[in-house]
Amino acid sequence: MRQTLVLGRVNLRGVKFQSILGRTIITLLLAAGAVLVLMPLAWMLSTSLKPEGAAGQMPPQWIPMDQITVQIEGRDCYIYDIPVDGVVRRLALLQKKGATGTFVNPDNLEERYQLPVDTGKRVSVVKLHWENYPNALTSVPFGRYALNSLRLVVITTIGVLVSCTLVAYGFARFRAKGLGVLFIILLCTIMLPPQVTLIPTFILFQKLKWYDTLLPLTVPAFFGNAWDIFLLRQYMMTIPLELDDAARIDGCGPLGILWHVIVPQTMPALATVAIFHSLWSWNDFFGPLIYLKSQSNWTVALGLQSFNALYSRKLQLLMAASTVMMLPCILIFFSAQRLFIQGIVISGVKG
Amino acid sequence: MTLGRREAIWAYVLISPWIIGFIVFTAGPMIASLILSMTNYDVVNAPVFLGASNYVKMFTQDRQFWHSLRVTLTYAVVAVPLGLLFGFMLALMLNAKIPAVSVWRTVYYMPSVVSGVAVAILWSTLFNARFGIVNWILSWFGIKGPAWLSSPDWALPALIIMSLWGVGGGMIIYLAGLQGIPTTLYDAAKVDGANSWHQLRHVTLPMMTPIIFYNLVMGVIGTFQYFTNAYVMTRGGPVEATLFYNLYLYFNAFNYMKMGYASALAWVLFVIVLLLTLLIFRSSAAWVYYEGSLKR
Repeated sequence: MRQTLVLGRVNLRGVKFQSILGRTIITLLLAAGAVLVLMPLAWMLSTSLKPEGAAGQMPPQWIPMDQITVQIEGRDCYIYDIPVDGVVRRLALLQKKGATGTFVNPDNLEERYQLPVDTGKRVSVVKLHWENYPNALTSVPFGRYALNSLRLVVITTIGVLVSCTLVAYGFARFRAKGLGVLFIILLCTIMLPPQVTLIPTFILFQKLKWYDTLLPLTVPAFFGNAWDIFLLRQYMMTIPLELDDAARIDGCGPLGILWHVIVPQTMPALATVAIFHSLWSWNDFFGPLIYLKSQSNWTVALGLQSFNALYSRKLQLLMAASTVMMLPCILIFFSAQRLFIQGIVISGVKG
Repeated sequence: MTLGRREAIWAYVLISPWIIGFIVFTAGPMIASLILSMTNYDVVNAPVFLGASNYVKMFTQDRQFWHSLRVTLTYAVVAVPLGLLFGFMLALMLNAKIPAVSVWRTVYYMPSVVSGVAVAILWSTLFNARFGIVNWILSWFGIKGPAWLSSPDWALPALIIMSLWGVGGGMIIYLAGLQGIPTTLYDAAKVDGANSWHQLRHVTLPMMTPIIFYNLVMGVIGTFQYFTNAYVMTRGGPVEATLFYNLYLYFNAFNYMKMGYASALAWVLFVIVLLLTLLIFRSSAAWVYYEGSLKR
């Protein structure tokens, strides 16, 4: 079953909640849920722009603020809004003794007051600390990690696209003895837990001296994977055979048909595979963790994990680095939203 | 050469990448890991054949094996059904005629696009006992939140709560399924006098069972591959509270270099997943409804 569903188009089927009351309740519930869902991301973004020390405040400060200070008598003094004889004045806290503080007018240092500190409020201004980003990205070789990740993403995506297209074409359009059995075996491997093959594969790559190179992560991509082959094959089955025949009459061989008929017709599915694989590869942690040892070969996922161990106290840098890792995924999602939904419908609903 | 023969040759040439890959990266390693599971092997020295003793040790002496199995199954039993329920309810709501429906769908789906280490790091700060916003939200209701990831009792529940954030992935599959239900079924139900609840109970739910089933199988299989969050957020702690099966396997293979024992763990995992999947498949006859198949 294949059909497209566009996020923007309301297709009203399924359960109908007819009453306006019902719809209002649903909308309110969804809105409340959406706030909860977005809160972690909002907190991450806001923390990534905070000054050092302000990140771990409770209750959380959603807008990054700096508290203003002035230099008086060689010291940094916080500015307070504090009532003096019923009038709120802007004064600097010079000294604090117990609950009482010595406040001074920054413009006239002679003007001093003894006031209870907790009647006043520290003055803050909105300030976005964009420098957290370059600081986080240069404290470890993030550029290097990003380059490695990008190489992995590009190479494996090409590998998956090429190999899976060929194999899916073979399964979708040709008849031969044993092909049916092989296809069932292929489907079974989708369910196979990867751990069963993990250790011998690891030993194999080690014997090949591929340990601590990108090869164990890139080479297998060129041999297809069951899930994407299945998805592409299902899609190719829906392309009318008449198109093949027409191309054959025009003198196309099997590869000509693949190139001129099948590939153009399969584009949406290919794009879906490319996007999902890129995301998966960018986020993959386990593969790089076991195969990449030296820091110069690390991917962003590995780099971020070690950054977490090193900088767990500098929350603003940690959140900046996490934001940078998530950003490409979110950008890809928004630019290819339609394909996402389509791909899920192709792959998800088999009845 | 006959036409059929030529076609067969083409077929095998085209699928040859997968056949080679299957032999080199799947079938071969599977057999090798079965053999390795009966040895003691540390990568440096040659493997020593032990027979079934890895398995005997695992079942009779390895407390951590049983513990990791318990942790994984606990997670599977709580997180998977919760995820199915939330995902399904969300899909029902997002299928209703409400304003800005595309915005809501996008918002709920977004967390499942980001995953991996960055998300794990983000959530470990959200669960921070002192400044985490999870406890801040609880404080609105006058609840003093636990120490979550540093508490042996609350670390696993924390990971379960976190899993609900990514429920949008399942939701979108349900949504696609909901849109595939023929309107004629609802029309027929209405003619018979069915209200919204009846329609949900007797049309939507039966039509959705194949998709619920699909999500259930995938969810259970996925639980046994749970790794990144546990590794980054807790390293299996505190006091082994989040020692997932896959994490224990990883420690054996790559920290203790017990490749033979880890292979045995992998094969036991394989059998468990196989049995669970078969169990779900067998039980599915009772509750999954396939349109076009005859009701037994």
